Amino acid sequence: MKNFLKLLAFFTIILTLISSKASAAGEQQELLKVDWSFKSFFGKFDRASLQRGYQVYSEVCASCHSLKHLSYRNLAEKGGPEFTELEAKAIASNFEVTDGPNSDGEMFERPAKLSDKFVMPYANVQEAIAANGGAYPPDMSVLVKARGGGANYIYSVLMGYEDPPAGMELDDGVYYNKYMYGNKIKMASPLDDDIVEYSDGTKATVDQMAKDVTTFLQWTAEPHLEARHKMGFRVIIYLFVLTILVYFSMKKIWSRIETKV
Amino acid sequence: MSDQEYTPKSKVGKWFNDRLPLLTLANHLTDYPTPKNLNYWWTFGGILTFCLITQIITGIILGMHYVAHADLAFQSVEHIMRNVNYGWLIRYVHANGASMFFLAVYIHIFRSLYYGSYKSPREVIWIIGMLIYFLMMATAFMGYVLPWGQMSFWGATVITNLFSAIPLIGDSITTWLWGGYSVDNPTLTRFFSLHYLFPFLILGLVVLHIWALHVPGNNNPIGIDIKKPSKDTVPFHPYIVIKDLFALLIFLIIFAFFVFFSPNILGHADNYIEANPLVTPAHIVPEWYLLPFYAILRSVPDKLLGVIAMFAAIFVLVILPWLDTSKVRSTVFRPVYKQFYWFLVADVLILGYVGAMPAEGLYLLIARVATAYYFAHFLIILPFLGMKEKTTPLPLSITEPVLGGSADMAMARNNTDFKEKL
Repeated sequence: MKNFLKLLAFFTIILTLISSKASAAGEQQELLKVDWSFKSFFGKFDRASLQRGYQVYSEVCASCHSLKHLSYRNLAEKGGPEFTELEAKAIASNFEVTDGPNSDGEMFERPAKLSDKFVMPYANVQEAIAANGGAYPPDMSVLVKARGGGANYIYSVLMGYEDPPAGMELDDGVYYNKYMYGNKIKMASPLDDDIVEYSDGTKATVDQMAKDVTTFLQWTAEPHLEARHKMGFRVIIYLFVLTILVYFSMKKIWSRIETKV
Repeated sequence: MSDQEYTPKSKVGKWFNDRLPLLTLANHLTDYPTPKNLNYWWTFGGILTFCLITQIITGIILGMHYVAHADLAFQSVEHIMRNVNYGWLIRYVHANGASMFFLAVYIHIFRSLYYGSYKSPREVIWIIGMLIYFLMMATAFMGYVLPWGQMSFWGATVITNLFSAIPLIGDSITTWLWGGYSVDNPTLTRFFSLHYLFPFLILGLVVLHIWALHVPGNNNPIGIDIKKPSKDTVPFHPYIVIKDLFALLIFLIIFAFFVFFSPNILGHADNYIEANPLVTPAHIVPEWYLLPFYAILRSVPDKLLGVIAMFAAIFVLVILPWLDTSKVRSTVFRPVYKQFYWFLVADVLILGYVGAMPAEGLYLLIARVATAYYFAHFLIILPFLGMKEKTTPLPLSITEPVLGGSADMAMARNNTDFKEKL
């Protein structure tokens, strides 16, 4: 058992080393930290926040940023914003998609259905770059996972617009952001107080909207996060109980001989 | 290796066994005499077998949904994560499984280094093990390329470019590897093909590894040969099976924490950005388990010599049984080597750390010193130490330190003291 504890201690040290190394790579400014509801072992999404977050996305972000890996049906799925199917259908029908060819061999436009992927704001990358002063607005489907710092980073960037420090020259169309890598960002501060009107009566402050949209983006990046947490908890409890049972079986078996295990 | 021939009890069993002795094999595996005093560091062989099988099963399922094409690979991975039933689980087990596999293999290798398991008569086991380790690195590297994220693409570019350092034919080899003039779709498809193939080569080598192990039998923490099998050993089943299972379960709990609660912490965020040949990431870093070798590669100013140093760092392990001249296997009885052993562990951890940092200034200096020490350990310290070191007396048999109830090292040491007094 003593040996075993030693081994466990060793494990812990190595794992901490690995994990800290993995997360230590290249952070510059200490990010703003939010106590997200989806963190921790039992973490879940705040459903209302997800719905508000979708509203912010669709009214503010969606004009430039795509969500190409999502389908409209996802909005009604369990563990997400959980709009009703009718609501999700209504959302989808606001968008036009090209379908076809029909029996005449023609492509045609029709309103989007639940099974359709989110409609992209631009036809292609080149158009997106041309429309945004040479900067490509990244697809936001997995954006939270694609940035060191994750949700805190996205939130920090949204909150990090400031006047540049004295002596810093910024080109036209370039903005100063405290948390952006290199502090220069080509996106103007997207949020202003009351830029959207929340239907649930929540006050649309910049902070509130930043939190809501970040929560929404965490979900788009990890749509099965709730299922994962739930299953993880069960798996670990199961393994834990099994380990204890096996431990005593082992003791019993090894008690047949004089060697301890 | 039981002394008497095994004969199946049933008639059918006997008929079959005379034609294909599978039952004899099964009997050998269950009865296989294993030293009594194995500690928990010896459970990683079983854990590694589990890791390999897990990787193969999850990998085969991922392969059913993954599309090996430069334009579709990233999308197909997202498809797995979102739309395939439990696809997220399978992919996270596979991705984190690679890290857990390497964690286990490093412990397994360092256990071997500590207890001298590579020494006569187990050199072939060790060499096969090193081949497995080398194939594991190749497999993991190619697997990391498949999601076709930024780190996939640029990691592949950096590593395949190493071959261009070979004089005269380097560029041709690189073009041949790429299947074109840069990392592109042909590179991805061949990496997928090889990533699917290599695990089965590893599986074959694992069979040889275990076969070679079963000829001389296990080494053990005090590193002396088995004197009386009846006293010094226990049958593999149920004693070792249950112990391995217990250790595996502990390992699985840690594994599960990664998979369910921080599945992306061991990967690099940039790999969730689709590969873009026009944008180079700020730092190109391989996965953590390759970092020590990456540090060695970068610590040499010349490209060709750097590549040679990196491969030499692995090769030096292959010839280790002949570099270590000490006849005593276990470090328990080698007080001076023990210190150097821990220096080596620290050295490799340091190399791993600087491998993750930019190769400049102090980091580069540390990397160079650590690289030099790494080679000095194997090429200078080990051969020399084996001839000079005064080892402490070995116990007479395994049972001696085991009696008194502990497979503990302190016990073994006390026993030697005791014997000296006699």
